[in-house]
Amino acid sequence: MVEQVYYEDVNVGDEIPKLVKNCSTQQLVMWATGSGDMYPIHYDKDFAAASGLPGIIVHGAFKNAFLGQMLYEWIGEKGEIKKFSCQYRAMDVPSQDIICRGVITNKVRDGELNLVELDIWTEKAGGEKTSPGKATVALPSH
Amino acid sequence: MTEESLITDGMRAAIGKEGEPQTIEVDKTAIRWFARAVGYTDLVFYDEAYAKSKGHRSIICPPGFLGHAVHTPLNPSDIIGNSVRRPPTLPGLEIRRIVNGATEFEYYGEDICAGDVLKSITRVADIQEKTGTLGKMLFLSTETHLYNAEGKLVATERDTGIIY
Repeated sequence: MVEQVYYEDVNVGDEIPKLVKNCSTQQLVMWATGSGDMYPIHYDKDFAAASGLPGIIVHGAFKNAFLGQMLYEWIGEKGEIKKFSCQYRAMDVPSQDIICRGVITNKVRDGELNLVELDIWTEKAGGEKTSPGKATVALPSH
Repeated sequence: MTEESLITDGMRAAIGKEGEPQTIEVDKTAIRWFARAVGYTDLVFYDEAYAKSKGHRSIICPPGFLGHAVHTPLNPSDIIGNSVRRPPTLPGLEIRRIVNGATEFEYYGEDICAGDVLKSITRVADIQEKTGTLGKMLFLSTETHLYNAEGKLVATERDTGIIY
């Protein structure tokens, strides 16, 4: 279990721990089951090619969920995800690293809530950002 | 020469309209599949007794999971599967190929747990036309609100689908 992070401990500009994912095609099928997204571009090569794609691609929402996992594992038990999002600017394929990263852009107290805003994104091993997005989390205060 | 727009008057008229409400079930097995696919090891997504020991009603939804629409053969599902989204019919929309453009989840401080039955309502937020690597593309943005059994808003999912 990671140590609880508190609002006072973080600063604008800080990078949060990154999360490196690399999905097998089997993991894509597990995701299809879990998410209910059965669209064949994520498991049928021929269908993907006929759709004008380079091959099987990783579900966009799967990358968003990886970003959600990165946030969940950073904020600890007492933290809370308020909002997270990303856009799918470039495709990712199975068996290649998907690196999830986040940087704190703002801190704001809103009533009882200690909110931290972040830029979050996935990138390829070479550094190309494929899914840029934003997040807001609430952290506990000392 | 003016090219014909992919956006029909009927589609334009549907912006802001809501689709039929859907019943969404949040079940344990689906939560576990989702959590396993993503790679979570926290037992709060797998073990009910453990989740209860942490103050939850049952195992909880991982970020980005809000349950599945209840499918029956009488209830046509879209080509994507049993999504929480059900936008109203868009006249003239022909979905041959689709990729995901963007996703956002917003939460309001309520636990969403296995056993919950939610109601989802999807509104057409916007329709845009763009030309890009996949040719002429339609960007369909929807906003789906999810309500718990008490009628309280528990989550909002915002999606953009790219139809080409």
